[in-house]
Amino acid sequence: MADRAGPVTGRARVRAGVLPVVGAVGRVAVTRTGIAGVAATLAVLALTLGTVAAVLIRAEGGFRIGPQDWAAIRFTLWQAALSALLSVALAVPVARGLARRRFPGRAVLVTLMGAPFILPVIVAVLGLLAVFGRSGWVSQALGLIGFDPIGIYGLHGVILAHVFFNLPLATRLILQGWLAIPAERFRLAATLDATPRDIARLLERPMLRAVLPGTFMVIFLICTTSFAVALTLGGGPRATTVELAIYHAFRLDFDLSRAAVLALIQLAMSGAAALIALRIAVPVVTGAGLDRSVRRWDADRLALRVIDALWITLAATFLLTPLAAIAARGLPALADLPVQVWAAAWRSLWVAGLSVAVTLVLALAMTLAIVRHPRMGRWMEPVGYLAIAASPLVIGTGLFLILFPLTDPVALALPVTALVNAVMALPFALRALVPAAAEVESRFGRLADSLGMTGTARLTRLTLPRLRRPLGFSAALAGALSMGDLGVVTLFADPGQATLPLLLYRLMAAYRMDQAAGVALLLLGLSLAVFWIFDRGGRVDADV
Amino acid sequence: MFHRLAIFAALAALPLALPAAAQGKPVLTVYTYDSFVSEWGPGPAIETAFEAICACDLQFVAAGDGAALLARLRLEGTRTKADVVLGLDTNLTHAAAETGLFGLHGLGDVDFDMPVEWEDDMFVPYDWSYFAFVGTRGADLPTDFRALGASDAKILIQDPRSSTPGLGLLLWIKAAYGDEAQAIWEGLADNIVTVTKGWSEAYGMFLEGEADIVLSYTTSPAYHVIAEDDDTKVAVPFSEGHYLQVEVAASIASSDKIELANDFLRFMVTDAFQSVIPTTNWMYPAVTPTGGLPEGFYSLIVPDTALLFGADEADHARDVALEEWLTALGR
Amino acid sequence: MLTFEQVVLEQGDFRLTADFSVTRGSRTAVMGPSGAGKSTLLAAIGGFFAPAQGRILWQGTDLEALSPGKRPVAMIFQDNNLFPHLTAFENAALGLRPSGRLNTKETARVQDALAQVGLAGFATRKPATLSGGQQSRAALARMLVQDRPLVLLDEPFAALGPALRAEMIALVKSLLVSTRATLLMVTHDPADARALGGDLVVVADGVAHPPSLAGALLDAPPAALREYLG
Repeated sequence: MADRAGPVTGRARVRAGVLPVVGAVGRVAVTRTGIAGVAATLAVLALTLGTVAAVLIRAEGGFRIGPQDWAAIRFTLWQAALSALLSVALAVPVARGLARRRFPGRAVLVTLMGAPFILPVIVAVLGLLAVFGRSGWVSQALGLIGFDPIGIYGLHGVILAHVFFNLPLATRLILQGWLAIPAERFRLAATLDATPRDIARLLERPMLRAVLPGTFMVIFLICTTSFAVALTLGGGPRATTVELAIYHAFRLDFDLSRAAVLALIQLAMSGAAALIALRIAVPVVTGAGLDRSVRRWDADRLALRVIDALWITLAATFLLTPLAAIAARGLPALADLPVQVWAAAWRSLWVAGLSVAVTLVLALAMTLAIVRHPRMGRWMEPVGYLAIAASPLVIGTGLFLILFPLTDPVALALPVTALVNAVMALPFALRALVPAAAEVESRFGRLADSLGMTGTARLTRLTLPRLRRPLGFSAALAGALSMGDLGVVTLFADPGQATLPLLLYRLMAAYRMDQAAGVALLLLGLSLAVFWIFDRGGRVDADV
Repeated sequence: MFHRLAIFAALAALPLALPAAAQGKPVLTVYTYDSFVSEWGPGPAIETAFEAICACDLQFVAAGDGAALLARLRLEGTRTKADVVLGLDTNLTHAAAETGLFGLHGLGDVDFDMPVEWEDDMFVPYDWSYFAFVGTRGADLPTDFRALGASDAKILIQDPRSSTPGLGLLLWIKAAYGDEAQAIWEGLADNIVTVTKGWSEAYGMFLEGEADIVLSYTTSPAYHVIAEDDDTKVAVPFSEGHYLQVEVAASIASSDKIELANDFLRFMVTDAFQSVIPTTNWMYPAVTPTGGLPEGFYSLIVPDTALLFGADEADHARDVALEEWLTALGR
Repeated sequence: MLTFEQVVLEQGDFRLTADFSVTRGSRTAVMGPSGAGKSTLLAAIGGFFAPAQGRILWQGTDLEALSPGKRPVAMIFQDNNLFPHLTAFENAALGLRPSGRLNTKETARVQDALAQVGLAGFATRKPATLSGGQQSRAALARMLVQDRPLVLLDEPFAALGPALRAEMIALVKSLLVSTRATLLMVTHDPADARALGGDLVVVADGVAHPPSLAGALLDAPPAALREYLG
């Protein structure tokens, strides 16, 4: 265990070591931490399993999982596995290139390359099609030299799109692993005159063995709930995922029990994947240190420079060209956006703000409980992952069923959107915060205990300041993801309170595709800005 | 950072604190689909027009599309706050009637301008159009399903499981070809570029040039003519005839404002409502306003035959057709 | 002979000059306040930090063109000297062949080195199961098989207790007797410098002073050293 986790950061190791000693002092604080953690975990459970339960209770009659549903489950697993595998495989050389090269604009490139991950689905799909579609740039270029347009639709299209969405996340996670290898090890390898192949064996492969399984699982989980992307690029009903089967059950047949059971299957698949992911090493996501690169004495050879340049260029082209297409398409419309856009943008921003606040509160409560109460942590952490895999339609329906008898769900549409978005961002926040918090406890826990720092004092004087970077990164991701998400509450959205993504859909539904393209660009810009501001906020003045 | 978040949260709460209803007047709650109430839909103009005569406060509540609307109503059951539900279509009315939530409209005879005879004492139509394939003027586009299947024209359609037009096409082919429907779908399989979740995705992709034709409505070209002065988009007349979509509204039987609800249904078939429809919903009004239709609507194709399953047949036809569709395209 | 020829090391506001020679086969302690540039001086010899001016020569040859691995240098850092997923034997073997593939003769040499540092029975143990002292020994075994004429130790025993540190320094001395390598060792403990029994380079106020006998220097410290020793 220790040697496997070591090359990543050593945090997993210290974590295992520190847990038994924590809590010797300040039982009151410990209990409070535990209660807060349990409360946060229960809130997540209520949103995931609770909503499914609400739908099940309301359902009448038994359910029947037909051969079509099994086909959907098979396809879902298959495409998610392939997408995750390819995203990870491609991210490795890209991350390696970014880890060992320094060039002007590298920081900007790393930030921009993260954009696909936070884009609204429809915007990303149209951007991809502008490049890879039948009349996209690639096909047009091929047409000039007499070739047929490329056929993007099919399983390969689904995977292309999922790689487009998730390559940035995979790259970031793996890059993090690379940069977490202590610089002395590279120096040591250099004094030993190690070749790139030796370095791969000594340093990189052990790190990858620790980082890749977790990266694979996270992306696998994200891909299991894909629906619109899988269908559109899959080219037809062959590409039916579980989420689409849920739509079928809910909309056409109003078969709530089947919808709920399918949602449970989806949760079970992902819960299992999350448990496996936590068994095998899971990568550390922190916002720390991506702007540095590791000085490498073995990689100065021309061949390696060319390889790195090639990979970085390829990845940047693949990820940025569709973004450029979105920008080019939206730019002309920016000047005459409908006035409602600005109100919607403001609404989206405060939903994102609220979502950031909720994410941080939930993630902190769970993180501290996980770190200080390892036995509880063992079941708390997987619960935190469930949300990625929850069916948005079933969450929305379940929330509606829960809220309707109590109050007017429409009045709560935006806060509920923020809450659900926050829970969706929770897994990433936990990945960033748990290892960092464990490290803080191991390094300063005893000191804090000896100084009698407990409760609020410990939180505000020690934990929060030390966690600034991962907190900033969590906030950045939560905010940006929330900006781009349509939300699960279309079932009961308030007509007068559209968010920016909803407005985008409304413009499209009203044939106003040009203005919609303008809104898409605005949304892209705002999401990136939100990400950048929070991520920077965590780093500026953060003492190492 | 946390102070900033606190401010954020305080700002966030502000919009909720605003009073939801105007004081004193009775509130008529109308459930409808999202694009009806959007800034570019008929909702705002209709709200103003009705409130000018009803001495009431008309409040729209939106839920996704027609199917989502019915699903929401079923979830709420008799405790629903809706007084009127607007936006179901003929594929949903059978299931809607079975919920037992809807009341009779008692409107008497209305002289509808629709290609089919309308006799329904529960659901009142407010607009309609034909499903159609929309392509570019001048292109050599097939004019029936067999020819389309034999051609190499590329088409974009929507998934019947998540989209109203997608379901419309399913029933269109079923109504036109009956037991041969599956064979027609098999012929179309290699023409279909892809199947999208909703209308917007498919139409957006069509405008970006992803396919030669897209499943939409005969009235879609009117938007381009009227709003964009662009007459290059045309609906292709199909010799089998075109399937009809009729959008309807009905009152909720248990509403405590049943009089007001029926007033709204009555208002719905008047000029004040109907004249808003063409250039906001881009559909034909159920009753042609005295001023006629907007100019662009007269250049639209008018199918010779209107196809439409009765409400009670539609459910069964849908289940059979969906199986056939999945079989034909699932290979 | 290791020669610093009007060397200037610069990084931001930091500036360190060095202009002296270290005799071949000598043992030299490097001392000075934190941040004075002790580690940077070693990094420059190792090839991790290029001088802004001047040259660093070994036996009259300028080292500048050589990559860290091609320099006649073996180095042990304060932390992270061992790869945690490799055994003590494998870690030591890296000094001979980074690829890890050894022939019989080379295997015997590594085992011999492990025996010399007192790790004969620990060849198959991984670092996590070794004590701090044993980890240092494993790193020394690697230094031994590396067989480079210049050995740079950057506070390698800082985490060990005084007795253990003395033991390690004694071990280093005995190992150097057989290899006859030149040693530079950064330390913050005057006892280490005395125990090493060689020269002392004081790094303070932007200057790495020329070496002189450690014992004499510590008995009558000049101003810069006195301030550091307190």
